Amino acid sequence: MLNDFMIRAAVAGSGVALAAGGLGVFVVWRRMAYFGDATAHAAILGVALALGLALPVTGGVLAVAIAAALLVHLLAGRQASGDTVLGVVAHGALAIGLVAMALVPGGRRDLESYLFGDVLTVGAGDVALIWAGALAILVVLVWPWARLLTATVSPELAHASGIDPAREGLVLVLLVAALVALAIKVTGALLVTALLVVPAAAARPLARSPEGMAVRAALAGVLSVGFGLALAWVLDVPAGPAVVAVAAGLFVLLRLGAAVLRR
Amino acid sequence: MSLISVEQADLRRGRVRVLHDITLAVEPGEIITIVGPNGSGKSSLLRMMTGELRPLRGRVRRAPGLRIGYVPQKLHVDPTLPLSVRRFLDLPHRVDDAAARDALGEAGAGGVAGRQMADLSGGQMQRVLLARAVLGRPDLLLLDEPVQGLDQPGAAAFYRRIDAFRRRSGAAVVMVSHDLHVVMSASDRVICLNGHICCEGAPEHVAAAPEWRALFGTGTGGALALYRHAHDHGDHPDHAHPAG
Repeated sequence: MLNDFMIRAAVAGSGVALAAGGLGVFVVWRRMAYFGDATAHAAILGVALALGLALPVTGGVLAVAIAAALLVHLLAGRQASGDTVLGVVAHGALAIGLVAMALVPGGRRDLESYLFGDVLTVGAGDVALIWAGALAILVVLVWPWARLLTATVSPELAHASGIDPAREGLVLVLLVAALVALAIKVTGALLVTALLVVPAAAARPLARSPEGMAVRAALAGVLSVGFGLALAWVLDVPAGPAVVAVAAGLFVLLRLGAAVLRR
Repeated sequence: MSLISVEQADLRRGRVRVLHDITLAVEPGEIITIVGPNGSGKSSLLRMMTGELRPLRGRVRRAPGLRIGYVPQKLHVDPTLPLSVRRFLDLPHRVDDAAARDALGEAGAGGVAGRQMADLSGGQMQRVLLARAVLGRPDLLLLDEPVQGLDQPGAAAFYRRIDAFRRRSGAAVVMVSHDLHVVMSASDRVICLNGHICCEGAPEHVAAAPEWRALFGTGTGGALALYRHAHDHGDHPDHAHPAG
């Protein structure tokens, strides 16, 4: 049962889940879920550009995701209607990406694998790239952890302590864009945000500290990858959605458990 | 040298001019109270001093290495963030347990170290914010209506703690307050703000100024007299101060 491609999928998925757990807690605390969607949807446009220009897909996705993330960060930060801006960018980018995919050669054929992921086809090179990227994300996250956390708790207090919360916010925005580029093969553009938000939300009832929540979110993500891949194998369903479905099930179980224990 | 000096500063938020022609300097060890009606730019002035808001014109100069302890009007911690009071005190720099315990105790929040920030009441939050501000051993405490949500005995105790900290540390204090009793008793200098500095000076001087009367009415005189009475005869059995 344990084929090479299943092992590669599990290793690749775990790498993404670890980074997504650490980053996802900030996405939850700062209510950046919609921002994550906007960035991830723009990734489809990146795929189309990369295919059209015959460039590496990960590079195309990374470039467009960073551009979209910066654009949304600037636009949404400037006005109160940030939610609306996010809505326009999230859906606009997805629509433009879908149009572009239909125009590039081979785009229609591959579209589904970029929307929903195709983790069972990752090669050894993909696995190495994913782990290198995931570790880089974790290092950039852990290094300024106290500053990021202070800026998240209160931008005002951060300023008074000599921390620039806008810069810390920018770090997180760029890390989300990087994660989108890493995760597109694993979960696809439509479910990247799920990997950020769902394990972190599932970890909340088990955590008493910010660091504890991040570690538990990473573990919940890795567990979801393991069980999700098994589910995909047994039922012969797409792996990305199976992983997210398991994470959502974990979330429901833990919330119910916490509610029962609180009585 | 001044801890902070604001020179000819104008501040806009969007198209609205919030502050204009603000010039003031905070000297080591002094207590300045900023008073003014709602929307007069008091909080914005404090946030300009921390560096959060940048003046459109003019400048804000902070002494090199200045440590600011800031107590915002309120702090909302998202319930999705598990953060104990003790851990909050470690942001952004870790403090040792004994110092944290002392600071919480002095701020009147001795029992809450293990509580989650999202579960604190308004009054507990204010005390925890003060404890955190003091832990950074600030040269300057900036307090934005710090007793909002405290009852009068609580507010009186809060001001006593701030005063005790100032005496011990020699830190300067700049606070926004609505409480005219406190303004009159504890401040070295009062700044009356309404978009610009309408008047400033020693409390007695400011209370006599026509700009002050225009903003706060003549009722202030009565409150002042009442306070003076309570202050001079703190233990007097028939004094009228409700906090007594």
